[in-house]
Amino acid sequence: MNFITVFRKEMQEQWRTYRFLIVAAVFAAFGLASPLLAKFTPEMLKVIPGLPPGLLDSIPAPTVADAISQYVKNMSQFGILLALLVTMGVVVQEKERGTAAFFLTRPVSRETFLLAKYAALTVTFICGLALAALGCWYYTLVLFEPLAWGPFLVLNGLMLVVFLVYMALALLASTIARSNGVAVGLAFVALILIGGIGSIPTIGDYFPGRLFSWGTTNMLGGTGTAWPAFGVSLGIIVLAMLTACIVFRRQEV
Amino acid sequence: MSSVHVDALKKYYGAVHALDGLQLEVAPGTIFGFLGPNGAGKTTTLRILTGLARPTSGTAQVAGVDVLMEGSRLSRHIGHLPEEPAFYTWMTPREFLDYLGRLYGLSSKARLSRTRELLALVHLEEVSKRRIAGFSRGMRQRLGVAAALIHHPEVLFLDEPASALDPAGRKEVLDLIENLRGQCTVVMSTHILADVERVCDVVGIIAKGRMLVQSRREQLLEKYAIPAFEVEGDDQAALLLWAQELRRLPWVISVVPRNGPFRITVRDVQSAKRTLLAMAVNSGLTLNRYEEVRPSLEDVFLQLVGAEDVS
Repeated sequence: MNFITVFRKEMQEQWRTYRFLIVAAVFAAFGLASPLLAKFTPEMLKVIPGLPPGLLDSIPAPTVADAISQYVKNMSQFGILLALLVTMGVVVQEKERGTAAFFLTRPVSRETFLLAKYAALTVTFICGLALAALGCWYYTLVLFEPLAWGPFLVLNGLMLVVFLVYMALALLASTIARSNGVAVGLAFVALILIGGIGSIPTIGDYFPGRLFSWGTTNMLGGTGTAWPAFGVSLGIIVLAMLTACIVFRRQEV
Repeated sequence: MSSVHVDALKKYYGAVHALDGLQLEVAPGTIFGFLGPNGAGKTTTLRILTGLARPTSGTAQVAGVDVLMEGSRLSRHIGHLPEEPAFYTWMTPREFLDYLGRLYGLSSKARLSRTRELLALVHLEEVSKRRIAGFSRGMRQRLGVAAALIHHPEVLFLDEPASALDPAGRKEVLDLIENLRGQCTVVMSTHILADVERVCDVVGIIAKGRMLVQSRREQLLEKYAIPAFEVEGDDQAALLLWAQELRRLPWVISVVPRNGPFRITVRDVQSAKRTLLAMAVNSGLTLNRYEEVRPSLEDVFLQLVGAEDVS
């Protein structure tokens, strides 16, 4: 009911409140910076005085693999952080300000209210990630060699899935919480839990973080997949959104 | 059929009984004043009737729609103005009303004309392209009224619509409400008696989550108001002496100085009319004013709510 109308409003809000621009700018910056850092880190090291002799000689010449791993490292840190920061206030702030109460007496179902927000954030992150990917692809082309489009698209698609997992969890935290502080706390608890459990060997193969290494391996011509992690990630998204809808339906705003 | 029908409504927050078996009936086309002290349960009632909160028990229908069972249908029949209406402040009033119009499924032509009409009604045409972020409280309240009216609701719920406004803002909002007479049923909660006296046809007085009385305003005044007279003079000392003399009379209930004038409440109006003025003259008082005062809603309210507090 009214999904398109609310979604349009959400997109307009992201634009007018500069949320879209911030996400796009941060992603673009890290996308562009990744191959640059990979290329010029050894050069920068050379100008540091007092380095032990022979250290610079032991650093291998940077390759396209360094550019990719730098890109994945940046995205896995700042992309996830951005996903949490941008999402965790979206529902709780409306509850605190009173706009949620004002709009939920209109023909807007609570599910629409949540799903439109998630959809708009997804579009924003797709755009941001597209900019990052373009930047990374272009500078890698200039500084190293052209990247294979197919695997690079797969890598970015898998990264998007990871971001969507954290966005869904942050949205759930924002829905459960009564105050912004609680939402922040819950979102970071989710981050620590997923990150912590995901770093345990074997168990980690089933967690979203594994998608980064799958994408990287695939990009660099390696073999192996992480379909269980992919399935678990989609499961977390669906479960988090479903829980958020149920919680919100029962909540008095 | 009633516009609002509430039966045995209860809402408990742990040990706190916000509503304790509330009964309420509002006839179509009425401007209903929902009156009560702070914490009486007015906002809780409105939140339940607009689908924002669920009762612990009881039933409620608005415009024939069961609030508890048919919540999704409810929004098309009601308009709601919360005590502090909140907006997307990055929008302009025009964009905001247009967005609401879309939510109610109005065509683009209908949205355009309704937006113009409402902005004119609430005197916000000149600022229709300014962001809401810069609006005063009064402007926001008026925009809230416009927002509540966008879809021609059958029942309009207003929670303390003028309580936080300055006198000019209050007058504007009350004028707006008065202009809605005959267009829809209005249920207005407030703790300001003067607002109710000014615009409401029917008054319900609530305290501690229960409806103490519900009646047409005039009937309420007739039934509960105690006849009173006001006397004002220059010599306060002489008036005080006279007051002591009056208090001994069997038909006098009380004599209370009220910011200058003395208010004399009586059991027997005829005796008072016959005797009061003559007594004042015999006591050598110089009176500036002698008046049989019209009983006010404040008297009724204090009488009812005071009795409830004692019980």
